[in-house]
Amino acid sequence: MAKLTFKSDKCKGCGLCVDACPKQVLALAKDKINKKGHHPVEAVNEDACIGCAFCATMCPDCIIKVER
Amino acid sequence: MVVFDKPHSLADVPLHYCPGCTHGIVHRLVAEVIDELGVEGKTVGIAPVGCSVMAYDYFNCDMIEAAHGRAPAVATGVKRALPDNIVFTYQGDGDLASIGMAETVHAAARNENITIIFINNAIYGMTGGQMAPTSLPNQVTQTSPYGRDVNHCGFPIKVCEMLSQIDGAEYLERVAVNNVKNVKAAKKAIKKAFQNQVEGKGFSLVEVISSCPTNWGMTPQKALEWIDEKMIPYYPLGVYKDRSAKGEE
Amino acid sequence: MADKVLMKGNEAIAEAAIIAGCRHYFGYPITPQTEIAAYMAKRMPKIGGCFLQAESEIAAINMVYGVSSTGHRVMTSSSSPGVSLKGEGLSYLAGADLPALIVNVQRGGPGLGGIQPSQSDYFQATKGGAHGDFHMLVLAPASVQEMADLTVKGFELADKYRMTSMILADGTMGQMMEPVSLDYDIKPAPEKPWATTGTNLEREHNITNSLFLSPEKLEEENFKRYNRYKVIEENEAMYEEYMMEDAEICIAAFGIAARVAKNAVNEARKQGIKVGLIRPITLWPFPTAPFKKAVDKVKGVISVELSMGQMIEDVRLATECKVPVTLCNRAGGMIPSPEQVLESIISMNNGGAK
Repeated sequence: MAKLTFKSDKCKGCGLCVDACPKQVLALAKDKINKKGHHPVEAVNEDACIGCAFCATMCPDCIIKVER
Repeated sequence: MVVFDKPHSLADVPLHYCPGCTHGIVHRLVAEVIDELGVEGKTVGIAPVGCSVMAYDYFNCDMIEAAHGRAPAVATGVKRALPDNIVFTYQGDGDLASIGMAETVHAAARNENITIIFINNAIYGMTGGQMAPTSLPNQVTQTSPYGRDVNHCGFPIKVCEMLSQIDGAEYLERVAVNNVKNVKAAKKAIKKAFQNQVEGKGFSLVEVISSCPTNWGMTPQKALEWIDEKMIPYYPLGVYKDRSAKGEE
Repeated sequence: MADKVLMKGNEAIAEAAIIAGCRHYFGYPITPQTEIAAYMAKRMPKIGGCFLQAESEIAAINMVYGVSSTGHRVMTSSSSPGVSLKGEGLSYLAGADLPALIVNVQRGGPGLGGIQPSQSDYFQATKGGAHGDFHMLVLAPASVQEMADLTVKGFELADKYRMTSMILADGTMGQMMEPVSLDYDIKPAPEKPWATTGTNLEREHNITNSLFLSPEKLEEENFKRYNRYKVIEENEAMYEEYMMEDAEICIAAFGIAARVAKNAVNEARKQGIKVGLIRPITLWPFPTAPFKKAVDKVKGVISVELSMGQMIEDVRLATECKVPVTLCNRAGGMIPSPEQVLESIISMNNGGAK
């Protein structure tokens, strides 16, 4: 199992990470709004994360830290 | 074990780019390469005019803000004064292929030992979506509202193909950052473009096909698809010149 | 090296620059200053320096911008149409507070103009020369010796005040040959902690930049720069006075015009007319003090220029219009003769100030 950490305040809710994830681990938090006014990404199925870092690879704002 | 984190040479500040803009990905790739080559302390970066004008705030190495299109000339000055430092420019399509075309071509002709990261997103982003020298035929922009009419305003410029005719150019590659596989390939190319400079091989330019969701009027996801559907067919990815690999030295 | 050598004005600039520690020159060929580039092309490779012929004046000034960012002394040279092309870079150098030396060996204009000497870039040089609020230090040599001296001085002032120095010469100054002494005591350039030379991971990154999107911050930068300009205006104005002690008529002229005027002054003195000359050596800052002093005792000022009358505006400002200021000029590459200047003197002496 891998661990994901997000700098949620810097997230712009673009969703590129959500699409990049092969295991459908991520989703934009529709019930949350960060300081920038975006729905930040969150892990909704972290147990399925394989630590491939595809999400971080596609994140334009470098907000995702991946540990394995 | 940390598999992925922000590279050291990328500043820990929010980027001003629009949601889903791939400038941020390319910034990170450049920073990762600077980290991996261990050259942050001796790197001087040169920012353009355009969306990435404030790149000088986003890299932790020393930075210079150049006039529009003049980054290769500024880089020439820096590199001639500091030949042991690593000098890179980060430029958009309007900056590099329109107003700064002469500086680009002649830096290549001189085989300046610099690295150029060229963002081609086929539009002027900072000023709100006008036609770029790389806008596609029939592409609708603010200044080509009926689509780019090549009979009226000419054809897009294919920078890698054009520069491949310059004897001085060492390494030219076009990459894209619209999916994980392409991003990884883009990083490899950027690393080679910096490594070439470390080894004194000379002018190395990586053209990065990028997205501009805001001014293309698309979602970030759709913009990445548009790169596959429209941009890459017009701007094929690949190595356009690699003089050392061909043994042309 | 106290011995004098016979040199062209353009070559004197080039050699003096090298003596001042300049090891980077970028330029584009244009008459009548190409000797500077040719001299640098010969000398720089032999002393570990860099001469590079740029693809344009625009590229050349931006190469200067790059070298200056690293803290090294650097220069470019051109002539009028080429200096217009450099305008963009001059503004950016000012906005980023970068020192550099720019040489303008002026020729007639506007447009492509001609290739004969002129002083018609006075406005361009002294009033900024491009967009935005800024000044350059403008130095106007009137001999080959001064071409060299002011080049050294120009580098020192540029570093001291973090701004561009411009040598505003003309085609005659560039081409004429005179004996020159190049014996200088060059002081080491000041520390430049702002230079972008790589952080070496030992400090925060330096940024060379002229972009300030916050109007408050941009205004602050402008006020800071103009406070520095004020210090320069108070301390750096240079001029020569010739026979002004008892003068009843004053001539204002710089560069080649001052040499012509000096001959006319000598001739007029022979005829018993009390005339003197104020020769500004710095055109910015303009030396107002000698004019303020002169207005109380002269009946008028004649501005002798190789232009349609540009410095005359600063002379009028300096004299606060307390006495008539007339123009004695040729333009387009023509040079006023001493006889023409003498006629203007006689005319003013006879009360015929136009």
